[in-house]
Amino acid sequence: MSDTVLSVRDLTVVVHGDGPPEAIVDGVSFDLKRGEILGLVGESGSGKSVTSRALIRLLPGARLGIAGGSAVLGGRDILALDENSVRAVRGGEIGMIFQNPSSHLDPVMTIGRQIAESIRFHRSVSRGEARRQAIDILRQVGIPDPERRYDAYPHEFSGGMRQRAMIAVALACDPDVLIADEPTTALDVTVQAQILKLLMDLRDTRGVSIIFITHDLGVVSQICDRVAVMYGGRIVEVGDKRDIIGNGRHPYTAGLVACQPAEGHPGERVRTIAGQPPRVGQMPPGCRFHPRCPKADAVCMQTRPPLEASGTAHLVACHHPVLNAQEVAS
Amino acid sequence: MTAILRTGTGRTGFRLSFGGGPLPLYLGGAIILGWFVLALLAPVVAPYDPIYQDVAARLQPPSLAHWFGTDNFGRDILSRVIWSARIDLQIALFGVVFPFIIGTVLGSCAGYFGGWIDTILMRIIDVVLAFPFLVLMMAIIVILKPGLSSFYVAMALVGWVSYARLVRAQILVIKSSDFVVAATSLGYSHSRIMFRHLLPNAILGSVVFSMSDAVLVLLNGAAISYLGLGVQPPTAEWGIMIAEGQSFITSAWWITTFPGIAIVTLAMGFSLLADGLGEKLGVRE
Repeated sequence: MSDTVLSVRDLTVVVHGDGPPEAIVDGVSFDLKRGEILGLVGESGSGKSVTSRALIRLLPGARLGIAGGSAVLGGRDILALDENSVRAVRGGEIGMIFQNPSSHLDPVMTIGRQIAESIRFHRSVSRGEARRQAIDILRQVGIPDPERRYDAYPHEFSGGMRQRAMIAVALACDPDVLIADEPTTALDVTVQAQILKLLMDLRDTRGVSIIFITHDLGVVSQICDRVAVMYGGRIVEVGDKRDIIGNGRHPYTAGLVACQPAEGHPGERVRTIAGQPPRVGQMPPGCRFHPRCPKADAVCMQTRPPLEASGTAHLVACHHPVLNAQEVAS
Repeated sequence: MTAILRTGTGRTGFRLSFGGGPLPLYLGGAIILGWFVLALLAPVVAPYDPIYQDVAARLQPPSLAHWFGTDNFGRDILSRVIWSARIDLQIALFGVVFPFIIGTVLGSCAGYFGGWIDTILMRIIDVVLAFPFLVLMMAIIVILKPGLSSFYVAMALVGWVSYARLVRAQILVIKSSDFVVAATSLGYSHSRIMFRHLLPNAILGSVVFSMSDAVLVLLNGAAISYLGLGVQPPTAEWGIMIAEGQSFITSAWWITTFPGIAIVTLAMGFSLLADGLGEKLGVRE
């Protein structure tokens, strides 16, 4: 498809431990279309952050290694690039927004200079031109009085403003893809809504594609076009937001949705999925969700379910997909 | 300017503010500035030529004509103390600047890259530290040729280790911090991350330390000159003056006392400045 910006196939990240290497991201495949916001959803340790870091080849930990797969962006496979070429991708073609803006900005450099630095690093423009562009980006991300704020240090910004500033840094070189790793988790709810709106506006005005990593299904339903649900390092279900939220066919997705506290039912006990997510070194064989799955049988314990079409643009990896959410609830 | 630092959350930028701040900072600054002005104006302020020998006026106690008295060659102590400030301030400056630069660069490389670079540098530092400081300095100076420039070379060769260790430790702490990850995610090169992002964050402690180090360097310079390996007579320098005056210490106390007081005040100035800076910049040693 021509409007596919980023195409990830069979991305596998292994952790080298005492035993044989174990895949903590196992055969992840997805496409990201131009101007699309793709949600990557899962519990802590489901491999969503590692997946995103693998895309800019910055794995968090020396024991992690990319063991296979491809990620094609602009006709090139990022996973096959040498270190120097990867640097041009980082910041230039893929921008990264992190969870905690307070600690991800350099405390002793002004906001404006951090943006201008990125512009000047990736493009050969003059100092004055970089400053002009940086002020322009600050304005685009909704920072008031950008000429004056250019010379402010991060500690002079509020939390929400810092997150806007970090988005500005990531956007400085007009990347095709923006990876947002839980960008709103550290913010309070009203600021969170503003940041989500900003990201959607940027998508509309700049046509940037966004991979939005979160564990918050409420946020997903607000911002995402499509959703990929991850469990134990695998994508268990991909589809349009409408297909996933409320109509998930994988028992895990359905369980996740059922765990959301329902509005208008105060006092009701919040539902949980029994058991613990698999730990590194103890990944179960077959379907990795089978120890916690109410529908698991002998097949699930031995055979990994393939990611198969369950409708137009809706894929699910399950031997016994649920028919609808009510089935799980009952 | 002032408001910015005050509103900070303990982490402060590089903006120094004036008006309201720790007293030691101003006291120390004033003392050093005072000596600096005296040194600059030495030809104007000093009442006599510092090396002119007035044999008729030998070993005179402090008087109106010679406020600090004269030495055994009839040289005016006050003039010599003032002229010495030029040499001793220079010693404090160069004796700190070269080790600072060398130590900072090597220390940040060791901290940032780790691995064999770190191992080798740390072993070299261990070797340097294994020698008694003064003995090593003297050995280097003797090999080169006694004099002030040899003193600076020796200082640079020996003094960098403290800065290297300090900066390395700081870099190790902050190199795994989030903003470094963010800088890497923007595709920046190692050298850019190291010098533009890590160093400005790591260097505050070294800046404060350099002030206390200036005290040690000053005393070292005096000691080396005292031992005849630094500044050569008849040039006026506090350490030499004390060395030359010590045989007269029972009969003519003023020859050694005034340069001694000079060293103490300048050292106190640096020490106060270090305390004040540390307090102001939130650095704890």
